[in-house]
Amino acid sequence: MPHPQDQRPEFTPAGQAGPTLDSGQDLSDALCEQVRQAHRERTPLVIQGGGTKAFYGRRIAAETRLDLGEHRGIVHYDPVELVVTVRAGTRLSELESALAASGQRLPFEPPHFGDTATVGGMVACGLSGPRRPWSGAVRDFVLGTRVITHDGKLLRFGGEVMKNVAGYDLSRLMVGAQGTLGVLAEVSFKVLPLPPASACLRLEMDEARALECLREWGREPLPLSGAAFADGVLHVRLEGGEGSVASTRERLGGDADDATFWEDLREQRLAFFSPQDPRPLWRLSLPARARRPALAGDWLCDWAGAQQWLRSDEPAPHVHETSMAVGGHATRFGPALDDAPNDDASPFSPLPKVLARYHQQLKTRLDPHAIFNPGRLYADW
Amino acid sequence: MTLLYDERLDGEIASVDKPSLMAAIHAEAPALTLLAREEDLRPFECDGLSAYRTLPLLVALPATLDEVAALMRVCHAQRVPVVTRGAGTGLSGGALPLAKGVLLVMSRFNRILELDPEARLARVQPGVRNLAISEAAAPHGLYYAPDPSSQIACSIGGNVAENAGGVHCLKYGLTVHNVLSVEIITIEGERMTLGSEALDAPGFDLLALFTGSEGMLGVITEVTVKLLPKPQVAKVLMACFDDVEQAGKAVGDIIAAGCIPGGLEMMDNLAIRAAEDFVHAGYPVEAEAILLCELDGVEADVHADCERVRELLERAGASEIRLARDDAERQLFWAGRKAAFPAVGRMSPDYYCMDGTIPRRELPRVLKGINELSTTYGLRVANVFHAGDGNLHPLILFDANRPGELETAETIGAKILELCVEVGGTITGEHGVGREKLNQMCTQFAADELTQFHAVKFAFDEHRLLNPGKNIPTLARCAEFGAMHVHHGELPHPELPRF
Repeated sequence: MPHPQDQRPEFTPAGQAGPTLDSGQDLSDALCEQVRQAHRERTPLVIQGGGTKAFYGRRIAAETRLDLGEHRGIVHYDPVELVVTVRAGTRLSELESALAASGQRLPFEPPHFGDTATVGGMVACGLSGPRRPWSGAVRDFVLGTRVITHDGKLLRFGGEVMKNVAGYDLSRLMVGAQGTLGVLAEVSFKVLPLPPASACLRLEMDEARALECLREWGREPLPLSGAAFADGVLHVRLEGGEGSVASTRERLGGDADDATFWEDLREQRLAFFSPQDPRPLWRLSLPARARRPALAGDWLCDWAGAQQWLRSDEPAPHVHETSMAVGGHATRFGPALDDAPNDDASPFSPLPKVLARYHQQLKTRLDPHAIFNPGRLYADW
Repeated sequence: MTLLYDERLDGEIASVDKPSLMAAIHAEAPALTLLAREEDLRPFECDGLSAYRTLPLLVALPATLDEVAALMRVCHAQRVPVVTRGAGTGLSGGALPLAKGVLLVMSRFNRILELDPEARLARVQPGVRNLAISEAAAPHGLYYAPDPSSQIACSIGGNVAENAGGVHCLKYGLTVHNVLSVEIITIEGERMTLGSEALDAPGFDLLALFTGSEGMLGVITEVTVKLLPKPQVAKVLMACFDDVEQAGKAVGDIIAAGCIPGGLEMMDNLAIRAAEDFVHAGYPVEAEAILLCELDGVEADVHADCERVRELLERAGASEIRLARDDAERQLFWAGRKAAFPAVGRMSPDYYCMDGTIPRRELPRVLKGINELSTTYGLRVANVFHAGDGNLHPLILFDANRPGELETAETIGAKILELCVEVGGTITGEHGVGREKLNQMCTQFAADELTQFHAVKFAFDEHRLLNPGKNIPTLARCAEFGAMHVHHGELPHPELPRF
């Protein structure tokens, strides 16, 4: 007898409340079989969706691909429940359009980095956009997953309800793990309504003044949903009710800004991110009260200062060390490490010894033969 | 059915000589307070699930992190299980002691170490009470969002261990959404930090994994929480309905209209009567259901939202809608809801509180099912419902002094949870599995999924020493429970209690 939760809710026709029809195709049996074969033959796998975030991590020591790209479709979406369940290979753009058609969205504003970006890749990489400090991150909106284990079993964790504390939270554990603990086959998200009003502002000022303003505003219940500083301009985005957006806009002053700034920031299309720039691109994630490390290069400040982009030729270990010294960490975003295939270094900051040991033990328990994306995050596992 | 640890099903625990264990602990941590006499252990024999009691072998009351680490090293070396306890307000028996284990009580770690209004965070020890954080933050116009109804007494360490919720979760999230980092001491006595004061950290999201892990993966020794600016205004609408289903539909209408209330609570007639009788909140005792809808934020928005929601409620068929005139009336409306559990407690010598979560669309079906169970087994059930996020708390009224009634209440409870799973929900939304819902975990998860949980446990606690017998059932237990479950389905008189 199938598990009660394997029975999908009944579909309701378009235009009526209730779950919508599954639009895609379910390849989970074939994917599980491929994993079982890899398990038997001890063949490491490269897990792949749309390939838009392939740059984000170490080169994987494997040749065989496990392609999730055709395991796609919105399994069901019930706007009234604020929940959507999606197969991993679904295009992120397809999901976002479906949500927008019902006046909803993924609040964490995930970057695509290309038309082929998939939902699975988005969750596996765990990257969130400019709204993250106010909305929460990818992991905050993951309610449940279906995961293929190292021996090719399809398991269900979490679910499609907002509150669920049964068992360990293995769904959120998958976010950012880049498939090294299991293959994401399906994900359920909490979604939220689009705000009734929004406004984008630009205020010319120096960076010290901008950070001072942001500290002050942060202590009040203002409808902020974006705060970035670049080239002498503080860019602010407001989202909320008509009344609060209007009054906040009046209070902050400044000029109207082009909304495309936020999309270009999220997708790294601003000149700052130009691939023509030969210097490595770094992302520094810093505590709210940390002083930015004194590293030579150009900076772009996002997340009201909590996420700093840096173009710099400083040696990688130095970038990691100085970021960690102030309680943060650094990630090398580019250029792609493929350019240096023998590079053993991870783009991610090293883990403290005890923590590293537990990472390795967890990896060993969930993927004992190291078949899932071996070496993707760190060289040892 | 007994919920106490059963070595046959939950795993063997080696017996240990108490005096020599105490000597070994004191050799490592001479000043560590240990309680060993029966009269000293008695106050610790249960948590909020007080129907079940076990005296621990020892109670340890450390005052320093070095003492915690030393205790863990000794227990690890001697293979003695450790159950960690905060304020002991948990409702699922997560801190129920083990007769052969040490109960590690964190109540002496009760200081707010730091509160930084500019960075909007507080760094606190695990024994700090939930409400104390918001009180300390209040002068800065800030607060800590998760507000379980036990917030006066429950401690933040326990909140993290259980991923505690509250009445404002739909908008402000659970504990997991409001914690930046935790300090952990592992079963081997090492220290590590999960998460970061920054908004993310490298490696796996172990902070999310540990949140809600019920003390099975490590001991929480410090918590850094996010503080939020207090909303400018909050208004509460109370809507009365002659029909529970209509009330449920109204909830969907509000959310479908793009409105996310700060709180959205529903109570059925029995809960309304109990609360009104106790608190005199002005609830309409004839109503089949009431909805409390709190809208908070900036004044202009809240005003507009109130108008919109009022219109939606009218259209959904509310027989009466009241907007709390002032803050005093707003508090009064909430007082009835927040006192719903003790209020129901006054109607009956005992009650058993359930904690399922369901997709909201299934509410009518689940309430109908609960009604049928109530009729079949002859025990009254009152329902309070975090309607916004689908978290249902049926309160089963019984009298433990009447033979068999506790068991009947447990049977109804188990069936309600199975119903929640059947409609696509979960057996626990915010109270945790603990000891209480161990058997229902076998309904919610398949053997392979439980095996995956055990693999995670193994990575952090190879010898199963941290809170064994909680949260994740052994496959042996599920085999036995499953067999029992099937057997029950075949019985000619399912109304009879069988345990």
